Amino acid sequence: MEPTTAPTKPQFSAAAQAEIKRLLTHYPEDRSKSALLPILHIAQAEFGGWVSPEVQDLVAETLNIKPIEVYEVSSFYTQYNLKPVGKHVLEICRTGPCMLRGSDELTAHLERITGAKVGGTSPDGTFTLKEVECLAACGFAPIVQVREKYYEQLDTPEAVNAMLNELKSLVHRPILPWEEAGLPNSLKNY
Amino acid sequence: MGRKLLTEHINVEGINTFEVYRKHGGYRSVEKALKTMTPDEVVEEVKKSGLRGRGGAGFPTGMKWSFLAKPEGVPRYLVCNADESEPGTFKDRQLMSKLPHLLIEGMITGSYALGARTSYIYIRGELLYVLRILEKAIAEAYAAGFLGENILGSGYSLDLHVHPGAGAYICGEETALLESLEGKRGNPRNKPPFPAVQGLYARPTVVNNVETIAAVVPIINEGGDEYAKLGVGKSTGTKLISACGHLNKPGIYEIELGVPVEEFIYSDEYCGGIWKGRDLKAVVAGGSSVPILPKELILKTAAGENRLMTYESLSDGGFVTGTMLGSGGFIAMDETTCIVKNTWNFSRFYHHESCGQCSPCREGTGWMEKVLHRLEHGHGSMHDIDLLVSVAKQIEGNTICPLGEAAAWPVAAAVRHFRHEFEWHVTNPKEATAPGAAYRGAAVLA
Repeated sequence: MEPTTAPTKPQFSAAAQAEIKRLLTHYPEDRSKSALLPILHIAQAEFGGWVSPEVQDLVAETLNIKPIEVYEVSSFYTQYNLKPVGKHVLEICRTGPCMLRGSDELTAHLERITGAKVGGTSPDGTFTLKEVECLAACGFAPIVQVREKYYEQLDTPEAVNAMLNELKSLVHRPILPWEEAGLPNSLKNY
Repeated sequence: MGRKLLTEHINVEGINTFEVYRKHGGYRSVEKALKTMTPDEVVEEVKKSGLRGRGGAGFPTGMKWSFLAKPEGVPRYLVCNADESEPGTFKDRQLMSKLPHLLIEGMITGSYALGARTSYIYIRGELLYVLRILEKAIAEAYAAGFLGENILGSGYSLDLHVHPGAGAYICGEETALLESLEGKRGNPRNKPPFPAVQGLYARPTVVNNVETIAAVVPIINEGGDEYAKLGVGKSTGTKLISACGHLNKPGIYEIELGVPVEEFIYSDEYCGGIWKGRDLKAVVAGGSSVPILPKELILKTAAGENRLMTYESLSDGGFVTGTMLGSGGFIAMDETTCIVKNTWNFSRFYHHESCGQCSPCREGTGWMEKVLHRLEHGHGSMHDIDLLVSVAKQIEGNTICPLGEAAAWPVAAAVRHFRHEFEWHVTNPKEATAPGAAYRGAAVLA
């Protein structure tokens, strides 16, 4: 029989703890639950791009609230991933204005070249494809968001390749303090 | 070329920094308000300006401010709605990224007018990179003495924080936003009580869109009367229009309200016409939830008047032949666009984003998505077209928040103006579902 080892309880890094402490100063003392959404963002960045039940329990403990108060929130907001994801999660906008400028074709193209299906991860674990609703960058459609960065005007294979190559060159998943994501081109050249 | 009140300096190198922003006249409205005006005088100027909420509803901002309950001694809040998620709308992202200090300046002046000592900017979670830009700018404003204790020696103190959402269109509804800011699911609240009486943490609260708060800056600098001179009638001032879809030059344009729609679409100063030399088929003028109009009705009203970019002109004809300025999310569709597919896409969006609290919206949006899906894929019947109208009607007016209407209006308008195209999908399914197929018949104009 395999020896059973208790899973190690996740812990926030010192940087994350400092950030959480700073966030808590933003709200009245008796309203610290307000920090739940931002802390879940931190947790997702810290623990592999998704929030496991154990991680959510840690968040509940941090805020001194019941675990269910975290679960009901994490399951409501689409940015929190409740299942393990690949190294890079490509969030493809599928809403009207992006569809008008080719998001269906972009999704099909990404499925083809990454080997991942929407909602799933490529066999090598590099890319997870996720369809999302309007990302508020409609004038620069079609758009993919990866972590904090928007990749815009992905209407040519060259633009898509440039994005994928940039992602492949990133070795580490960022942990706190966050890397500067950098502005999308549309904002640089406004 | 109209005057630019918000974006005049948007291309200045380094305008995102306090130093450069200040050199270009930044934070004058804070100095003027805190040193020479009472809070009520600030509210009065905003009333005189005729400014209307730029998030979509178009409610007079000065009036909204004057509704704020006055119990002294309890905290009250100004919350900026930066949860920009209405499909077709992307102006606030641009404004905050390029001109973070403009929003911060508006927040300080606005918070002073409302007596708020702590204010929040609630930004959609996808824009965490913009949150970091704002936080950097806020730190600069603290260091320069425009935030924190005793601002400019006036005795007025203010703390300003940015709070991220995490992916939920519904949090753009102001009471859902407040729930979310309290760390809960974004379920809209029953009203009354309105936020002006019981908002954030059950305290009196005003929630305003980013662009609305930014507009307070020129209003205080130049005076409400001066601001009201711009625009036409009750559509005063300037408006940021997010232009997207099949345009030659999609992007953000700050227009003086009153520009003819035709000029906005076709002139090189604005969108530069329809891409690929194609003809325009339809426009959704104010974000995905406003009624779609065919080319003929977006360029001219049913009475044959030139349609203008104003609240009144765009809504001329009501929902029979008109639409709304809404958030200024201007989506143009060329002649190759399938209206049925586009309507299905929007319905899927609203179904996905319904919070699920009210049955008519939770169930109705799903029904509409399903029915539209089968019509689009050539499996629909004539009865389905009437079923869509019936479901839309049963959602409208029967929900806690306006997401119900936002989901119902686009479907009702698409069937109203493009019924022949829906029918074509039933009568000619093979042709209608062929790749690249598009119905070229006339739209219904009355």
